[in-house]
Amino acid sequence: MASLTKPRLMTRSPLQKWLQHGDLPFRIIILGSALILLGLMIGVGLMLWLASGPTRTRFGLGFVTGAEWNPTGDIFGAVPFIVGTLATSLIALVVAVPLGVAIAIFLSELCPQRLRAPLGMMVELLAAIPSVVYGVWGIFVFIPSVVQPVGDFLSNTLGVALPLFQGPFFGSSLLAAGLILSVMILPTISAISRDVLLAVPQAQREASLGLGSTRWEMIWKAMLPYALSGILGAIILGLGRALGETMAVTMTIGNVTQLPSSVLNPGYSMASVIANEWGESRTELYASALLQIGLLLFFMSLILNLLARLLVWSVSRKNPEQRA
Amino acid sequence: MVRPAPARLISSSSRRQSRRIVNGIMLGLTGLATLLALIPLIWIIASVLINGAPALSVDFFTQTFAPTDVGGGGILHAIVGSGILIGLASLMAIPVGVLGAFYIANHQNTPLGLAMRFGTDVLSGLPSIVVGLFVYTIAVAGHGYTAFSGAVALAIMMLPVVLRTTEEMLKLVPRSLNEASLGLGAPVWKTSLVVLLPAALTGIVTGIMLAIARVAGETAPLLFTAQGNNVFSTDLGQPIAALPLVLFKYATDPDPVRNTQAWGISFIIVVFVLVLNIGARLLTSQRTRR
Repeated sequence: MASLTKPRLMTRSPLQKWLQHGDLPFRIIILGSALILLGLMIGVGLMLWLASGPTRTRFGLGFVTGAEWNPTGDIFGAVPFIVGTLATSLIALVVAVPLGVAIAIFLSELCPQRLRAPLGMMVELLAAIPSVVYGVWGIFVFIPSVVQPVGDFLSNTLGVALPLFQGPFFGSSLLAAGLILSVMILPTISAISRDVLLAVPQAQREASLGLGSTRWEMIWKAMLPYALSGILGAIILGLGRALGETMAVTMTIGNVTQLPSSVLNPGYSMASVIANEWGESRTELYASALLQIGLLLFFMSLILNLLARLLVWSVSRKNPEQRA
Repeated sequence: MVRPAPARLISSSSRRQSRRIVNGIMLGLTGLATLLALIPLIWIIASVLINGAPALSVDFFTQTFAPTDVGGGGILHAIVGSGILIGLASLMAIPVGVLGAFYIANHQNTPLGLAMRFGTDVLSGLPSIVVGLFVYTIAVAGHGYTAFSGAVALAIMMLPVVLRTTEEMLKLVPRSLNEASLGLGAPVWKTSLVVLLPAALTGIVTGIMLAIARVAGETAPLLFTAQGNNVFSTDLGQPIAALPLVLFKYATDPDPVRNTQAWGISFIIVVFVLVLNIGARLLTSQRTRR
């Protein structure tokens, strides 16, 4: 009997074996790509920290407590900008939170099935429009037709008694920037809240309805408390977006370095002062002061993101069979 | 002994009535809120289309910068600049994002994998102006403003979007496909690139489209990197013009001719971004229907 030639089952040169047939290089490449991401995250914080050094050695904590910003006199205090950022973000939240949560309730509980996707998409398209286009629309359309009458009304009614709403009012103001921000963060709040509400277990709804509650009572007493931490997470993500928004705010806030006393005053936000004064920053100290504001923004968004992710996670983890 | 009053088991009819009214009002308000949210969307798109259309002409697309007293010129330099910036950013962000997603998808529960997923979230939530300042510190300080640094900034903005969508799509590929390929003796890299990647391709393309849409209108990071340029330039080592930068400059210009041009640029950017967004959504909805 002729012996069969032995089939060559495996061809393994030592080099191929060592490279695991190409898997070793592949693993290294994908690990490297993923590490670039981590490197970026750490690098952003590190580089901004190093580049803003001169401001920290010169002013220390005084930078975040000083109210005077005088580039020609080399005095840099960031309080007017911090106040501007917080005030505009707060206005945005006051408007966008009730609206966003209401939209989330409508889209998750009430909306007819066939309208759900298109309506949800249209609300989310608000997030796709670039910041600078919001700015153009704000300057030429929104401020003259909405903010101006609203501001005049506020200064003539509430402004008589409350300094917070006193004029003079010329359109570009904390109010204008805050209202535009509210439109910009609306999709963030409504989309994430909707996902959180959809993750509430069906049993929660049925139990409440079975006890005889109306649909609104079911939503208000059985669903919202259950989803509260997730909705809070959505609000915090919205806040994170509002804090860092640059172009739309720069174009509508007025860009005046003064401590605003009324929402109708023009002001400056942290992001807008960086964008607007960067070109003028001739000295190293001036540039490092602007970089220091950037570093503050970085830390704010880092902390808010961490908090928000934990909150949204906590809701979707409660109910493992449905994912938020 | 005092007997407790019997509990009212059934609410009186007037109370039931008021509960029903509250129910109706509140549910109506949520619908109203949704309608209210559509107003700014329609309003923005309408004003961009109406105000932008008169600015569009052949000259607008084929000429470069000119002073307003000779007509204001066109925006060819910015269109080319934006194309270069976005193209170069895509070349950097797409390979890194897709390959990185393979790592994260394969290491769901390891500490490093979790750290990277958190890193993706942080990076996508980072204010764009902070990204711009970061790229300034690593690539511009000491070298000067360049088109290349602008592309790096945009790539950093794109990376988390590409990474996140690719990872989600890889998770949707059936496990059996992976196991079948490995069982036939294919190495992991071949399985990943020849079997898994094509299976997830539609989703990945969607992610890339959304990433491009995200950076097409980005202005803040370019202020510190590409800086803008009135002269037609394709040199990666020099400052370069970009549509959003020109838009910002023209919108804040006191000259009404510039304002009209700003609307024209808004028109181009909004149409581009909306087409990408709606296209991406149609692609995914087709996929889920199948």
